[in-house]
Amino acid sequence: MGRASSKEDAGALFHSLRSAYAATPVNLKIIDLYVGFAIFTALIQVVYMAVVGSFPFNSFLSGVLSCVGTTVLAVCLRIQVNRENKEFKDLPPERAFADFVLCNLVLHLVIMNFLG
Amino acid sequence: MATMPILPPMPVLDLVKSFKLKTKQQELLIRVSILCLVYILAFITRLFSVLRYESMIHEFDPYFNYRTTLYLTQNGFYDFWNWFDYESWYPLGRIVGGTLYPGLMVTAALIYRILHFLRFAVHIREVCVLTAPFFASNTTLVAYFFGKEIWDTGAGLVAAILIAVCPGYISRSVAGSYDNEGVAIFALLFTFYLFVKAVNTGSLAWSLASAFGYFYMVSAWGGYVFIINLIPLYVLVLLITGRYSMRLYVAYNCMYVLGMLLAMQIRFVGFQHVQSGEHMAAMGVFFLLQVFYFLDWVKHMLSDTKLFQAFLRITVTCAVAVGAIALGLGMLSGYISPWTGRFYSLLDPTYAKDHIPIIASVSEHQPTAWSSFMFDFHILLFLFPAGLYFCFKRLSDATIFIVMYGLTSMYFAGVMVRLILVATPAVCLISAIAVSATVKNLTVLLRSKNKGVQTGSTKGSSSSKAASKALLDQSQPFQKNGAIALLFGAFYLLSKYATHCTWVTSEAYSSPSIVLAARGAHGSRVIFDDYREAYFWLRQNTPPDAKVMSWWDYGYQITAMGNRTVIVDNNTWNNTHIATVGRAMSSYEDEAIEIMRSLDVDYVLVVFGGVTGYSSDDINKFLWMVRIGGGVFPVIKEPDYLVNGEYRVDKGAAPKMLNCLMYKLCYYRFGEMLTEYGKPPGYDRARGVEIGNKDIKLEHLEEAFTTSNWIVRIYKVKPPNNRW
Repeated sequence: MGRASSKEDAGALFHSLRSAYAATPVNLKIIDLYVGFAIFTALIQVVYMAVVGSFPFNSFLSGVLSCVGTTVLAVCLRIQVNRENKEFKDLPPERAFADFVLCNLVLHLVIMNFLG
Repeated sequence: MATMPILPPMPVLDLVKSFKLKTKQQELLIRVSILCLVYILAFITRLFSVLRYESMIHEFDPYFNYRTTLYLTQNGFYDFWNWFDYESWYPLGRIVGGTLYPGLMVTAALIYRILHFLRFAVHIREVCVLTAPFFASNTTLVAYFFGKEIWDTGAGLVAAILIAVCPGYISRSVAGSYDNEGVAIFALLFTFYLFVKAVNTGSLAWSLASAFGYFYMVSAWGGYVFIINLIPLYVLVLLITGRYSMRLYVAYNCMYVLGMLLAMQIRFVGFQHVQSGEHMAAMGVFFLLQVFYFLDWVKHMLSDTKLFQAFLRITVTCAVAVGAIALGLGMLSGYISPWTGRFYSLLDPTYAKDHIPIIASVSEHQPTAWSSFMFDFHILLFLFPAGLYFCFKRLSDATIFIVMYGLTSMYFAGVMVRLILVATPAVCLISAIAVSATVKNLTVLLRSKNKGVQTGSTKGSSSSKAASKALLDQSQPFQKNGAIALLFGAFYLLSKYATHCTWVTSEAYSSPSIVLAARGAHGSRVIFDDYREAYFWLRQNTPPDAKVMSWWDYGYQITAMGNRTVIVDNNTWNNTHIATVGRAMSSYEDEAIEIMRSLDVDYVLVVFGGVTGYSSDDINKFLWMVRIGGGVFPVIKEPDYLVNGEYRVDKGAAPKMLNCLMYKLCYYRFGEMLTEYGKPPGYDRARGVEIGNKDIKLEHLEEAFTTSNWIVRIYKVKPPNNRW
């Protein structure tokens, strides 16, 4: 009984998550897609490092951290742009996007210096 | 018709009226003028030693910073960043570019370049001497803004004033103390202010600014580890107490990722942010935040709580398992290095004494006595708990932060004297809250209109506030007098604080340590400039490639002022090399000459205080040389130099003590010297005894130079005799 109900639970969980997610606005879904892409790139890099070794460690770190950095910044953008968040009600989305671009610029400049 | 009042002539009245500002502008004017005065005050209170002696660099470590800054301004940033110094730690050399924190040097060089661009032809030494007071002034400004963020503008102003004169900060930022802490405390407070602002506003721009503040702090001082551990701890506390919000997520994540990346650009720090145990807390909290907010998001999307509970269970167990496995693997395989001795000794204060004698021997690393707390903080010591009370009464994200900063830094200040410096900004801020809130309450009492006359007017014409005030006034008729008395008391305390701080600065923290002063027989001031005399003798009378052996305390000064190669210096990065020098100093002359020949030593420098009564000389430091040497070479045993556990230099001293190299070099020809009236020749004024071995003959060394007060003595190593 335990196993069947947990399977049903998992199925119900999956369905309700899916339906709730379908209701999010399109711009947020685009950001989520970008986040997914960045995480996927990070995973590829980690697998590659596991295969060939981590010798120029700074290069590996800069690659992985650029992916992690863009993920994190995109999630912050999503939080600030999401209209359901009361705290960011009076933050214009243009300002949020400008901050996002600025932080990404700094992030990638540092990455380029660190790449070696 | 009523008589018109006599008015002053119209133009004057117009003039006066035109100057009359609105209340808001008056308040702004008062605030700005107070801040300007505090800025100037913070600068000039640190200038005692420049006025009494001259504009010179103090102590030991600042001389290394000065030398590197000089190199930077002369050779440019690229050469500085890749500098390999062959003039210290002979024959090993030192990779200076990769083993220093460049923030201070780059800052001073930048100020120097700006001043030269504006056609002020100052010498780099003047810039170096005055860098610390300049940054202390900037710290007061940051303290004002931080206080404004935590509480209100009144607390900010009081915080600025308190930190401008607080002795705990002045001790390491006086003019001439060109050390990392002078800039680092500014960077520390600035980073904390920017982070608190980021958490309060949730803006990515402020988080980016705090990441840059953190980068500046990492470039300036090794104490940045405090920031990278306090901020995750703060995030954790907020998560646990349920005060988390989206702003916290934005602030911490942006600051952590960007800050970590920026910090890894400093060669000295390198990959420590991902490999060292001291930085793992930040990474752990980073991952915890991701999991936490992901769960929060899922909970928000799911309407059914039962499903969510199941999901929660699965995710939490997975996340905890993965995290524990990763951490365990990292620590067991040694990839994540454990806490280094320097920081481990903060958690376990007895660790250094048993395992790392070099750390234990530094006087600033000893635990703090109560008198040091009182000396450095004065009234802030009891205003601190009062401020904590006020903070707890009005808890917000910002006050929680300052409370945590205060408590953790006070703990560390109790462990090590040097860390009172880190606690000072927190103590000043919290005390400022207490002062500001108390004074505000008292003045509100004073300014409330006396409505004691309204006894029967309960018709509703008076507001409820006025009615309650009337009741209050009726119940305590002397309330106003009490408020006035308390205000006078507060004023008295604060003025006593200011007096104490100025006295402490003048008496205790303004000595250059390289120039000694004493009172002569008739009360006149006598200056001993022996150190610089000796270093300049070295500079002018020895061949340029001469190598000087001395105890590691004087290494930086010898390279900076004497411009000669040294064997060991204050960086103390190689314990075995220092132990070799310690062994040479504690051996008999025949064994020592072998060691000295193997190290190519040409000159030996010792510091001796027997003639002047100077007590920080090498004979008093000698036991540390024995301990450090004995830690690496078991042939040196500390009990050989003691008699019944007692350290003596007179006739009853141990024979090994009376014939070791250090003793001979310090007391050579001292047996004939009359130092004090009524005492026999060879009376050591620093130890207060007549020395035991007066008839000293040196076989392999000869005396090269002794300064005018016998404080520094330099000996030349004789080349080996010609063989028959």
